[in-house]
Amino acid sequence: MMLWIVAALIMLFLVLPVLIIVPMSFSSSRYLEFPPPGFSPQWYQAFFGNAQWVNSLKISFELAILTTILSLILGILAAEGLSKSEFRGKNAIIETFMMPMLVPGIIVGIAVYRFEAGINLSGTFSGLLIAHVLMAVPFVIRTALASLSGLNPNYELASRSLGANSFLTFLRVTVPMIKSALFSGAMFAFATSFDEIIVTQFLCGVQITTLPKRIWDGLNQQLDPTITAIAAIVIVFITAVMLLSNAKTLFGREPKYQIQEEIVLDDD
Amino acid sequence: MVKDFEVAMDGIRYKNTAKTVKDEKAERKGLLGRNLFRPWMLIIPPALFFAVFLIFPLLQILALSFTGAQSALTADSYVKFFSSDVYLKVIATTFRISIVVTLACLVLGYPVAYAMTVCSKRISCLIMIGVMIPFWTSLLVRTYAWMILLQTNGVINDILKTLGLIRQPLELMHNELGIYVGMTHILLPYMILSLYPVMQGIDRNLILASRTLGAKKGYTFFRVFVPLSMPGVSCGSIIVFVSSIGYYITPSLLGGTKNVMISQTIQAQINKLMNWPFASSISVVLLVLTYIILFLSKKIMHVEKLW
Repeated sequence: MMLWIVAALIMLFLVLPVLIIVPMSFSSSRYLEFPPPGFSPQWYQAFFGNAQWVNSLKISFELAILTTILSLILGILAAEGLSKSEFRGKNAIIETFMMPMLVPGIIVGIAVYRFEAGINLSGTFSGLLIAHVLMAVPFVIRTALASLSGLNPNYELASRSLGANSFLTFLRVTVPMIKSALFSGAMFAFATSFDEIIVTQFLCGVQITTLPKRIWDGLNQQLDPTITAIAAIVIVFITAVMLLSNAKTLFGREPKYQIQEEIVLDDD
Repeated sequence: MVKDFEVAMDGIRYKNTAKTVKDEKAERKGLLGRNLFRPWMLIIPPALFFAVFLIFPLLQILALSFTGAQSALTADSYVKFFSSDVYLKVIATTFRISIVVTLACLVLGYPVAYAMTVCSKRISCLIMIGVMIPFWTSLLVRTYAWMILLQTNGVINDILKTLGLIRQPLELMHNELGIYVGMTHILLPYMILSLYPVMQGIDRNLILASRTLGAKKGYTFFRVFVPLSMPGVSCGSIIVFVSSIGYYITPSLLGGTKNVMISQTIQAQINKLMNWPFASSISVVLLVLTYIILFLSKKIMHVEKLW
């Protein structure tokens, strides 16, 4: 019993501070007070009525989508190459690919900023894109590599022996088998780009400003309640996705049996 | 007879091949082209990307950290860093905060992960959603949420005042408490996500064996379950500790001027003082510290794979 109370309290600590933004975003008060004195969509109007906010939201979306595509391409190349070959220094290369995830963001931030300022990329969309891809690729490589190394090589061998070349085999046999890993890698890449602030704050220009950078500026000056509107939209979206993707387990019947993915050959 | 047949077959074969000599040549060329391809070649584009946009810039920072006023080679920045009480105190603060946050995440994450392994599938799925919602919510938004909650006329002070528990609002942020609360909240999902799969993989029969051999519930938990969950504990602790050492956003928004972490000093050197050599040397120190901790913890705790 104790365990359940403790676990429930910790879960409240984890979830409540995030969810509390949703009711506060509809507050009619000019300040951030709780409970909100009345209902009003004023912060949503303030957000979507402001060209700067909307523009930064647009830039963030474009960046995140392009980052996802590019880091999927680079990540799949790296993971496929690493999983299919054995050579000296392979671990060092994997470690290097994982660096943006391990190295404190501020270090990557000043290094990339200094480099891009030197070649006039700082403050441009492509400059931001490069930095975001750098931060996102490790997540794709990690998930794809884990999935590829757990793969039964016989499927690919079968495809090759039936006459498909290695590219076709990869496209029609390997990719479908690691689909879910690629999907979660893509989700991580999108979220990384959409949330990235530490490296981004160095690279944003006057024209090109992402949503997190604008929120960051808003937080440093005063607690701008307009932020609650966009934060609430993001939180509701994430919660909905989480609930929908788990709807079967949450609301459906318990499954009687699971389909085994690995085909076991009879050896009698 | 047989020989005649074979000759005839050869004729047919020859006929078939004669038609496709050209194709075969083309195919052989294709084969040759295919033979030149090796899987490791796929690594070249991403490796080039990393070399140009990560390794080269980092080497630039390393070079910069050894640059003096007249672009001469000196170690002045490092001498300045290690001989100053201010910066050694920053390192001490960073380590203190990281250790406290790691312990807090462990203490809070362990019961949740354990609860997930003993409850029904539905409840554990619900807990997982509760972990994933903050996990996917942006760090900035979560820090913002804590600012709303913890500020002087924030939600928590409002509620405490309405309940009549306090008269003066409590100082909940712009101090170390604010950093602890915010960082623990942000890093707790990582701890739970490292603990849960390990706990899930523990063989239940071992627990049953311990119980049937007469051990009490608590004894079984501490002598059987906890040791078996150690891989998850060390993995989660390393992830949380290494992440918190480089933390920047949360401490600068929820912390005060007295508890500054390493990343914040780097930022201040760049933005306020434009002192690139010094900022670079602090970065190198932070980078080396991070990798020393990673290396040591992997060696001591026998962690094969972190992420």
